[in-house]
Amino acid sequence: MAFALELLIAALLVIGAFFLLVGSIGLAKLPDMMRRLHGPTKATTLGIGAILIASIVHAWAVRGYLSLHELLITLFLFLAAPITAYMIAKAHILVSRETQDAMTPTGTEAPWSTLSEPAPRPAREREEAAPERG
Amino acid sequence: MIEIAALIAIAAIAVSIGLNVYRLAKGPDVLDRVLALDTMVINAIALVVMIGVWYATDVYFEAALLVAMVGFLSTVAFCKFVLRGNVIE
Repeated sequence: MAFALELLIAALLVIGAFFLLVGSIGLAKLPDMMRRLHGPTKATTLGIGAILIASIVHAWAVRGYLSLHELLITLFLFLAAPITAYMIAKAHILVSRETQDAMTPTGTEAPWSTLSEPAPRPAREREEAAPERG
Repeated sequence: MIEIAALIAIAAIAVSIGLNVYRLAKGPDVLDRVLALDTMVINAIALVVMIGVWYATDVYFEAALLVAMVGFLSTVAFCKFVLRGNVIE
């Protein structure tokens, strides 16, 4: 096997593990929930991407066949990480009173992370509330 | 060389999981714990992929994919529960 491929696999593994470690250190050390959200959602996603690419190259160079299905995990994680970060941030803003007070005003009557107008009621409830029509 | 790099990577991932357990135990808020669990799931996926690289086998891929899907769904369900007090309305 070519030395360059081995070097590429080793470098990708070490880079991925480094970014996973950076994300977890950020999660453990940063002082504030909104700042803590940065480490896992960005650094950790990059780290797992590098490790999965290393696995693809390893399958091609060492095991002797091309297996691209690790790209499925990469694609899924890259789609899922922003959604989980958004959900956690939204739930945190809605729950935490200090965070709401620290943010700039929205300019409307509704606070942050809620709908600016009340959501329409589901059709079933409307029918039950409405009087029966002839 | 790949063996040394894989050992370094497995050690770093183990330290990361330890830091996540620290945040999971300490986290002042419930959402800190949700975030710690989400990060721990990503580290677990990395560990499973590293096992596949170490033994040069392909059978651990499905386990990693399943862990990824279950982790994403559980995080979204936890956040939905904190937001609305209910998962399926």
